[in-house]
Amino acid sequence: MHSDARPPLALTLAAIGGLLFLHLPIVLIFLYAFTTEDRSYQFPPPGLTTEWFAVAWNREDIWPPLYLSLRVAALSSGLALVLGTLCAAAMARARFFGRDTISLLVVLPIALPGIITGMSLRSAFAIGDIPFSTFTIVLGHATFCIVIVYNNAVARFRRLGASMLEASADLGANSFQTFRHVILPNLGSALLAGGMLAFALSFDEVIVTTFTAGQQSTLPIWMLNELVRPRQRPVTNVVAIVVFVATFLPILAAYYLTRGAEETAGGGK
Amino acid sequence: MSDAAHPARGPGDRLTAHFWRRPKLLTLLLLLPPLLWLGVVYIGSLAALLLQSFYSIDPFSGLVVPEFTLKTYGELLIPSNFDIIVRTVAMAAAVTLAAAILGFPIAFFAARYAKGRWKAVFYLGIMLPLWSSYLVKVYAWKLILAKEGIITWAAEGIGAGNLLNAVLALPVIGGNSLSTSYIGTFLVFLYVWLPYMILPMQASLERVPTSMLEASADLGASNWRTLRSVILPLALPGVVAGSIFTFSLTLGDYIIPQIVGSSRFFIGQAVYSLQGTAGNIPLAAAFAVVPIAIMLVYLTIARKMGAFDAL
Repeated sequence: MHSDARPPLALTLAAIGGLLFLHLPIVLIFLYAFTTEDRSYQFPPPGLTTEWFAVAWNREDIWPPLYLSLRVAALSSGLALVLGTLCAAAMARARFFGRDTISLLVVLPIALPGIITGMSLRSAFAIGDIPFSTFTIVLGHATFCIVIVYNNAVARFRRLGASMLEASADLGANSFQTFRHVILPNLGSALLAGGMLAFALSFDEVIVTTFTAGQQSTLPIWMLNELVRPRQRPVTNVVAIVVFVATFLPILAAYYLTRGAEETAGGGK
Repeated sequence: MSDAAHPARGPGDRLTAHFWRRPKLLTLLLLLPPLLWLGVVYIGSLAALLLQSFYSIDPFSGLVVPEFTLKTYGELLIPSNFDIIVRTVAMAAAVTLAAAILGFPIAFFAARYAKGRWKAVFYLGIMLPLWSSYLVKVYAWKLILAKEGIITWAAEGIGAGNLLNAVLALPVIGGNSLSTSYIGTFLVFLYVWLPYMILPMQASLERVPTSMLEASADLGASNWRTLRSVILPLALPGVVAGSIFTFSLTLGDYIIPQIVGSSRFFIGQAVYSLQGTAGNIPLAAAFAVVPIAIMLVYLTIARKMGAFDAL
């Protein structure tokens, strides 16, 4: 079994079949956005139309959740960028007591199921009598977004190494100049990638959000309500396409930003 | 010495010199904001969760009684509640096993045979479904599994309509349609968590040295024998690492069984409905502690099997 030998036919078929299994279902989301049937999920669609895009555009109840989702995602990924980068910088600088504990702490919010993060925050809000607001949603989202930025930044710090920083100091730069002229340009694309992944993750998050939103509605929560009690089903598909594209594009961009490096973004969601 | 070569010129330089002499101080300053955030928001909330789970609810007023009691944990053992836990763990085990079987060929092909352009195709082919919207993925399956949907259409098209009906007539796992049966729930779980299994598996397969495969072949082993005696044991930590994700994520999910499945609850649904309409936060918290406890045991075993090196 050489690595350059031709793969067995059965393996090739199983691998391609598996990839198709992962991708074909999404195609249906696009197809059903054009169906003329809005009361059932009939296949094949009895007819095709583009009217649902206009209907979705004019639905008043879609815009506020969209704005809320964008605001939450922007705030959360911004916070995560600052906190994740700081943490990565500290971890890259030194080995110290409790280092493993800290890396575990950073990963924990995403390693444990979302329902635990959600229910924990819900318990804390109940004990502290904290009313639900945009802030409570951001609190949850930023917490699990930190690890995304951290993973990207820490890998880049590791590659950067100490020699460039030492060279910069030897040439007379102080820490702030080194940060501005050496660290930031080298870190830039990793941070951009991490920030975009965090944005995508927050924009799409629903499980933690249902515990921290109260009566507010983000776009995924709007979608969830439509799934449970469908009204104009193809409109939900139109929104699903928007959500899909809004998460798909940042991921693709993050991949191209960090491609070629040994650490490619997205390895550990 | 360095002070003489580069005399301090401004506050930035003085601070630099200050931190140069006290490197630990800078590390501490850098760590403080993220640690404060995670410590207060996350660990604080987890503590609140534990605290709530030791409270109970007054059966008459429906208010939370903030006094220490084990009564709420006792309620988990009531048959109807215990069934929820057993059902969820069984589903998580089934999904994990199926994901390992279905994911192995993909991971193996991507690690061993995909080169150049195909390597990128496989990478993106696994990464994009992993990251793309969770709800959209679940929604896609609601379309697929619906009674009037594509599976029924395809089954009737190839004359397998009776087979589909026979499967749905099975006790326990069957149901009125695929979208209201455990089979449906299982399929959606498998679909949504599969990439989490493939990635660590692929990483550990990539680390299997080619020389060992050549040695195995030189010693006369067939491909199957090499797979069984060399590749699988070496890839096991990756499989275990992947299973951590599939198992844990299935344990805690409540959206999928709510949208596709029978009306019988999973742990996540119990937590969600108890904290919401029922207003019983203590019992919801106790239910949420169950996946944590199960995962702690699972992680201890996984660590022994070397899964953490494969992450």
